[in-house]
Amino acid sequence: MAIKKFMYLNRRSSFGTVYAIESLEVVLVAAAFDQDVSLAFIDDGVYQIIEGQNTNGIGMKNFSKTFHALGDYEINKLYVSAESLEERGLSADDLMPLVYEDEDDNWVEKSSVKVVSNAEISKIMSKQDVCFSF
Amino acid sequence: MADILGAKVDEEGFLIDLGDWSKEIAEQMAKDDDVSLSEEHWDVINFLREYFEEYQIAPAVRVLTKAIAKRMGKDKGNSKYLYSLFPYGPGKQGCRFAGLPKPTGCI
Repeated sequence: MAIKKFMYLNRRSSFGTVYAIESLEVVLVAAAFDQDVSLAFIDDGVYQIIEGQNTNGIGMKNFSKTFHALGDYEINKLYVSAESLEERGLSADDLMPLVYEDEDDNWVEKSSVKVVSNAEISKIMSKQDVCFSF
Repeated sequence: MADILGAKVDEEGFLIDLGDWSKEIAEQMAKDDDVSLSEEHWDVINFLREYFEEYQIAPAVRVLTKAIAKRMGKDKGNSKYLYSLFPYGPGKQGCRFAGLPKPTGCI
C-alpha cells in the first residue's frame, strides 16, 4: 500500500464534545497502517495538549495521557498554531513535553511539538494527500 | 450478555467494566482459550496493564513488540515469541486477558 500523507486538524478543546477523542482514535488507527501522519492544533484545539489536565471532576477518561504514546506510534509531527496559543494567553511552556525517540539518531529523545505560524500550517497542509478536520 | 466469573464481557469476550478485572478472571479467560498462564504470560499481561495505566490505551501490536523489546530484551520483544504465548494475537488475546479494551486499530 502506498504511504499517504495524512494531516489531522484539531480545532476544539478536549472535553465537552467527542471531536478531540475521536480524532485521536482515528490518528492511532491510521498509524497502525504505517501512514505518514501529522497533527495540527489550531483555535481551541491547542487546549488538547496543555500540561496538567485533570478530569476527576467531570467523570471522563483523561485521554490527554494518550498523547504521550504517539511517539511510540512514530507520530512525531505535532504542529501548534502560535497565533492560537497567543490569543489564549498560552505559550509553548504550557504544553505537554511530548517526545519521540529518533531511530536514525541513536534513539535520542526529541520533541514532537513544533509551534508554528498559521501561514506555515497552511503551507504544510497544502502538501498533504488528505486533511481531516475535527 | 455473557459473563466470566460474574464480570460482564462483550461479544468478543472483552471486559465491559475494566474495574472488574482480577487475576482469577484472567486465569479463567485463558482456560477457556486452552492456554495455561505461565510467568512469561504474566510478564506481558502486567506490562499491558502498566501501559494502559500510563497511556490510557491498549497498544497496537507493533508498539507492544517494540516496547517489550526495550523493556525485556529482543528475545522477548519479537512477534514470534509473543504469538507463541498468545496464539490469537498478543494484542487481541493479551489485552483481553489483561482486562483492557481491544487495541485501537485492531481489526
